[in-house]
Parts: sequence; structure tokens; C-alpha cells
Amino acid sequence: MKPTDIAAPDYFHKVVDCQWACPAHTPVPEYIRLIAQGRYSDAYMINWKSNVFPGILGRTCDRPCEPACRRGRVEETPVAICRLKRVAADFKDDITQRLPRPSAKNGKRVAFVGGGPASLTVARDLAPLGYHCTVFDGDPEAGGMMRSQIPKFRLPNSVIDEETGYILNLGVDFKGGHRIESMKALLAEKYDAIFVGSGAPRGRELDIPGRKEAAANVHIGIDWLSSVSFGHTDKIGKRVIVLGGGNTAMDCCRTARRLGGEEVKVVVRSGFEEMKASPWEKEDALHEDIPILNFLVPVAFVHDNGKLTGITFQKVKAEYDAKGRRNLVPSGEPDQTIECDDVLVAVGQENAFPWIEQDCGIEFDKWHMPKVDPKTFVSTNPKVFFGGDAAFGPKNIIWAVAQGHDAALSIHKLLSGEDITERPLPEVHISSQKMGIHEWSYDNDISNDKRFKVPHRDKVIALKDIRTEVELGYDVKLALGEAERCLNCDVQTVFSTSLCIECDACVDICPMDCITFTGNGEETDLRQRLKAPSPHPDQDLYVSSDLKTGRVMVKDEDVCLHCGLCAERCPTGAWDMQKYFIEMTHAGSACPTKSRSAA
Amino acid sequence: MTYIAKPKFHHPGLKKNELGYTHRDYEGKISTLCAGCGHDSITASIIEACYELSIEPHRVAKISGIGCSSKTPDYFLGNSHGFNSVHGRMPSVLTGANLANRDLIYLGVSGDGDSASIGFGQFAHSIRRAVNMTYIVENNGVYGLTKGQFSATADRGSKSKKGVTNTDNAIDLVAIALQLGATFVARSFSGDKTQLVPLIAAAIRHKGASFIDVISPCIAFNNHAGSTKSFDYVREHNDAVNRLDVLVGRDPIAVDYAPGTVQMVEQHDGSKIALRKIDADYDPHDRLGAQTFLQKHAAKGQIVTGLLYVDPDAEDLHEHLNTVETPLNTLEADTLCPGSAVLDKFNASLR
Repeated sequence: MKPTDIAAPDYFHKVVDCQWACPAHTPVPEYIRLIAQGRYSDAYMINWKSNVFPGILGRTCDRPCEPACRRGRVEETPVAICRLKRVAADFKDDITQRLPRPSAKNGKRVAFVGGGPASLTVARDLAPLGYHCTVFDGDPEAGGMMRSQIPKFRLPNSVIDEETGYILNLGVDFKGGHRIESMKALLAEKYDAIFVGSGAPRGRELDIPGRKEAAANVHIGIDWLSSVSFGHTDKIGKRVIVLGGGNTAMDCCRTARRLGGEEVKVVVRSGFEEMKASPWEKEDALHEDIPILNFLVPVAFVHDNGKLTGITFQKVKAEYDAKGRRNLVPSGEPDQTIECDDVLVAVGQENAFPWIEQDCGIEFDKWHMPKVDPKTFVSTNPKVFFGGDAAFGPKNIIWAVAQGHDAALSIHKLLSGEDITERPLPEVHISSQKMGIHEWSYDNDISNDKRFKVPHRDKVIALKDIRTEVELGYDVKLALGEAERCLNCDVQTVFSTSLCIECDACVDICPMDCITFTGNGEETDLRQRLKAPSPHPDQDLYVSSDLKTGRVMVKDEDVCLHCGLCAERCPTGAWDMQKYFIEMTHAGSACPTKSRSAA
Repeated sequence: MTYIAKPKFHHPGLKKNELGYTHRDYEGKISTLCAGCGHDSITASIIEACYELSIEPHRVAKISGIGCSSKTPDYFLGNSHGFNSVHGRMPSVLTGANLANRDLIYLGVSGDGDSASIGFGQFAHSIRRAVNMTYIVENNGVYGLTKGQFSATADRGSKSKKGVTNTDNAIDLVAIALQLGATFVARSFSGDKTQLVPLIAAAIRHKGASFIDVISPCIAFNNHAGSTKSFDYVREHNDAVNRLDVLVGRDPIAVDYAPGTVQMVEQHDGSKIALRKIDADYDPHDRLGAQTFLQKHAAKGQIVTGLLYVDPDAEDLHEHLNTVETPLNTLEADTLCPGSAVLDKFNASLR
């Protein structure tokens, strides 16, 4: 193998598994360390810069970071990254003084369709640069799906108000209750750029016999949730069936429990493990006495003269073909009918752009999705950008934020007369953390604690009021314990070939057997010859250039604890622990600053 | 030294030995020696050898004297018996323990000061008595604890860190051990675990006095140009006569060797040593030849390493003394002291 190029920004970025997995690349270990130091406001601001909605995401994020967390490969469970984010939001001081100030307008006007996370992220990035941002939303308040679809017992309005407020107070013009009905008309208003962040607003239908006849008691999940959020719906039948296995289904069933649903069941086509809902959301539903029934495919709504009485299901089982693909085939058992008073259909969401006319220069593909460049987020109309669910279909808030940052950069470049396809590199800082002979700026003593549970409100109280938040969040003590579980993966093991005397001290001390000194070879060959097995080929090998004896140092990054013992036991300083900090390119911070010359 | 304890977590894919232990289970406390000390590599090699042999840690007694090397038993086999004795007195404490309980595996860990200076006589007598033990000298050629004076194994003409030339002749412990009748004699290098680990394993399986001289660079005081015990010098002058694999019980001979390059040595307990010859003419069963070979190469400035001499049919002290099979420390008082009638009978037989 060739010596690893650690100067490439991606190399060490990949080692910080959580940050690499996060679409917005939030510097997770950095903010967790700040939480451990009690610097909640600093931790919050790092998040705010990167993911814009720390308080909201700290309660609702889909957490792509947690399955990636190295701790999950070392022991059973990853660090509770998401809920630590909430800790930063919960315990911070007033941070308004740290926010950007509304700046003098530069005369450029940007319109936003939809006031959800994607649009607000773009506005957050552009407003401080002087752009006049006008956000249109059909709902009276900002937040989009975050406000309309996520139940209040998971995400209180106060948190949404606060974090959307930080953005709107940057001088963003919010036009609530103003739904854009025509792209053509919007284009005619001569905005310098338009950003479409209108989400995926249409719930998928379930067109099976009886649907029309029983319509009065069959509700589309996201519409129903939205109606509950805005107070238009406040009750439901005693026996409720929720169809679907995603997070919307989990929100539906838990909401139904709070609006009078006594026997609420979730019925899913697939098996329990394959359900799209996040494991913790399934857990929360089960905790509220909601059974989840699997391998049942709805075939008909049963009704009695137009009054819904139940649903008939076909029983299926999973079969795997030669390629390992799963097919659901009838199990041959008799159909099953489950009685109910109401049905909530949560079997997916779709995009819908009835308001974009054919002839306004925005092309659509065969799936009726706008043709959007995945890097710049520009549509075929060079002034119109898409982001969030509107661009590539339903995903999570954090994806909308990440895409928003990229779209904002594009808009800024476009309106600065630059080529939007040229994407500036991120800025990377790397510096030694050595403070003394065996002292580091970070706590390298590895905690053996298991993941701490987030305290929940008592079920009896929680189920009584739909606006009572279920999760209480970590208190300071639990937060500190959980923060200590973080392995500081951003503090990198940096190896200097020229200093190494091949004494083996690092090999002997490494608790995880990460380091091997051996003859060089091809990657597959090298992976066979490491001191410990190498079960994750997606985890890089860090390979040095040739050492004096002709061997090379090979470090499998896979389960490194970043405990720094290799550096502590190295007599020559060939190993050093260096903190790697990457700043993703946002609008305005686009040009990496050349390091200043000495004064 | 390192302030934190070594994390308990280990690689999830670590292999387990017959007892269900990983090599991490054979560790002791975290080392307090200087960073990069060769002794820590020897510690790691002992851990590896015990792990590979699936030794039950409580069947081992590790005994040492004084010095950097003699601190190391604290860093391996945390669940074994240990005795940190007086300077240079490891051999007699070990001999006594061995006489009292012949069932344990005895690991004597010493240094060049502990064995070639203050304990030279003790070293000599334990070898000549054929105590069943593995005697490891962690040999760095300096007194590290007192800041780098030459020890008795420092080569004549080698330079100290301050530039002073050594005018005294060196004691070659391997040569002495051969001369005194050790039945397993080897030399190795802390920076070469592929050679050292099987040597330690073979020595543990050997019945009789096994002696291994391990050159172990002192990073703080003896790893400079002019030293003959530095990493660079040993690597440049290492003249390995053979490499070996130890084959025990469940591992039948599956290793594929080119014909004529391997010599199989069967030890007393049935374990086998596969010696891969590097020097085709070297015969590890020839004590006299080994002594000559060593001295010839030493004169040329070469450091001969490998398994230098082995007598697979050796006897040990207990056989010489004709002691009972049962360890003496488990014999009941009436067996040990059968009463005055038996004594009278015995005395009568001598009249």
C-alpha cells in the first residue's frame, strides 16, 4: 500500500465516524467535550453553526451518527450523541449576543417557498451576508414539517419558536399563511434567486377495497398529525389501527393514544426488524402499550353501510431469493380481520409540485421530481434551487439542513458572479494536544460506563396531555457520564516515520491491538497479517512509508480508542495525538483564509 | 510512566486460547518503566507465550530481584504468584520455592546487574543445580535505575551515553550458562518478538534449567551510537542461527517446511520444537560446539541469537535429589515427620 496521505482532509474526517456520517458534518466529539467541561453555550454554538437546529435535532434527529459511532464497535451501544445535543440546548445561557447581526442589505432578493428546515438554513446562511430573504409558507408560523408533523410531546413549540426565531430575527421576512400557488407568478416578481424548500407534503394513499366507503374514518397520517398540531383535531376512536412501519406511523400511534385511543395497534407489512422506524421510536411506542403486528398486508377496509368496522389482512412471510433480496409471499394462512373505529394511513410520503407550471424552465424527471444537481442544488432554471425533501424526496431534518448549506453557498456564488460548480475545500485545523509529559488537553482515560438512559416522564402523566414532553432530557450528572463515554475520535493518532525507532512500545501498549509492524503488501494481504482481525474493510488502514528495517507501520483505524497510550509510550514522539477540526464550507466562509503572515 | 490504567476494552475479534482467555487476560498492571523500554517488549512476549501455551496463570510463580527488569513481573500475569526478592537473590528464592512446590511453573526474571554482578554466584548455582525454571535475563548493559553506569555485561570498547569507553571485559551470561550445564540456552532480542515468543514458550516447556539472555535496549541510557546494546547495533549485528515454532498438543505439525531446513526436537513433555535452520552447520545439541561458535562470533562483533543449546532429555534438581512426586508443601505432618520409631530405625541402619 502507498503511505497514507493524512493531509487529505477526508482521511482523518473519516476516522471521526459520527462526523463523517452526519450529513451536516457536525463536529460531534468537539461539542461533547465542551459539554463535559460545562461549556454548554459553546457546545450549542458549534451545533448551531453546523446544524442550525440543535434543540430540535437533539429531540428528533434520525441520528445517522449513532450507528456509525466507534463506541458501538467497541461495546454494545454507541454514545447518545443526539440527546447530548439536547443537553447543550437545555443548559446553555442566553446566546443571542453570539448570533450574527442583521447586516446592511446588499440589494439582492431571495425568495423561499416553504418555511421548513431547508429554507430556514439557506436563509440563516444568506441573511447575515446582506441578502433580503423572503420566506413564504402556507402555515401561519415557521418550521414546516417540524412544527406540523412532529407531535408536541416529542418537540414542544417553545423549542421550535426559539430556534426558528434565531433565524427570523436575522432580518428574514416571513410571510406566514401565504402559500405559493404559482411558480410563474413568483418568477415574475423578479427575485434574484428562488429556493424551493416545500418538502414532501403529500401522504401516500392506500387504494384498497372499501377505502371510499369508509373514508370518514380513514385518515392520511401526515395530514391528521398536522391537523392535530394546529388544534383542528382533538379526538379519535377507541380502537385505532395505524398502517405503516415508519417514524410517521410511530408518531401517529402515540398521538392516537393521547386523543382517546385505548386499543391502538400498529400493523406493518414487513418484519419488526426491517421496519423503517428508528429503533428508539419503536421502543417508545411499545412502552406506551402499543403492539406492533408484523407480516400483515391490508387487503380491504371492512365497513357496515359506510361505517368502518375493521381491516382485513393477508398473512405473509419473508422469503429470500438467490440474490438475498427479500420478497413477502402469502403464508397460506387464512386472512385476519382486526376490528377498529379509525385508521391512520402512514405508508409513505410523496412530493407534489402542482404549483410549478410546465413552462417556467424547471424540468422534471420521469418520477415527477425536479431535475436537481446533487452538489449545487440548482434546477434546470439557473435561478431556482431546491433543497430538503423537495429536492430528493422524504428524508430527515438533518439532510434538509445539509442541503440547505450547500444551496446557500450556490446562491451566494451565483449572486456574486462566480461559478457555482466550483466548491471551495473545507478548512482543516490539526494541532498537537500534548500538554506535558503524559498530559493531554483531552481526557484520555476511557470510561467503561454503559449508555445512560434518558429519563422519561411517568407514563400515566405523559399519556394524559398531548403537549407534555415525554423525554425529560439528561440532567447534568447523567450528561457528564454520557459525555465521558465519547472516545474523542477527532483527536487523531499521527505517526512520523522518521522519528520511529521500531521499539514496539506502541504495539505492546495498544489495548485494541490496532498497530502492526510488518512488511508492506496489497491491502487485502495486509489485512490478513494484522495483529488483530480486521472485520471492517470500510475502516481505513493508516500505513507509514518504509521504516529502517524495511517494514511499515500499519494501524487499523477500526476500533482505536484514541486513548493516546501509543503516544504516551513512544520514546521519540513518533506518535502524537493531534486534534483534527474540519469546518465545512458555508456561504460567506467560502474562501479558506490563508494563514496570516507573522506580525 | 503513564497515569491512566490501560483501558479494559479489547479488540472484539481477539482469539481465545484453550482456556477461553485472550492475550489481554495475561496482562498485569500498566508498566511504570520509561517509554520504549525493551523490557516492556519482553513482558509482552511472556504474555504472548503464556497465552499461546494456554497456561493457567495461577500455575505460575514469577520471581525477581531488584532493578528495572525485576519490576516487570508486576506487568504480566496479574493472576499469578509473585515474589520480588532482594537484589541478586532471585535464584535462591526460586530454588527454595521450587523445592517446596515442584508443581508450579517457575519464571525467574532478572537483569544484567541482578544476575551478572550482585547475583552472579546465585545465578551460577541455580543453573548448575538444574532447577526446573525459565531464567530470563533482560540484558541492557547498563544500570538504568542509577542513570546509566556500565554493567558487567557491557562490551569492552562500547561507549556510555556521556562518551566514556568501557575498559572492563564483559560477562557473557550465555557462555557461562553453557559452561555451567544449563540444558536450554538461548539468546534473543527484545525487538524481535517472532524469535523471542517461541523461545520463551519452548523454555517454559523445557524440564531443567532454561536460560534466555534477552538483549533489551535501555532507551534512556543505552540506545546511542557507540553502544553495543542499542536497537540499531543489535539489528545490524544480529546473527540468528535458527528460528523456531513450538508445537504443543492440539497443534499437530501443520507447518510446511522445505525439506532439510527443519530439525524437530521433542521435549520431555512431548511438545515439539521445529527449528528452522538459518545457519545450516549449527547444531544445537553440541554444547562444546556452541561455546566455540559463540566465542568466534563474539570476536567478530556479532551477536549470536536463537536456540543455542538444548538437551531434550535433561533431568532436574528434584530427580537429582530423588524427592517424592507430591509437592513437599502438600505433604501432611505425619508423612514429613513419621515419628521417633522411624528415626531410630533409620539411625540404626547407619550404624
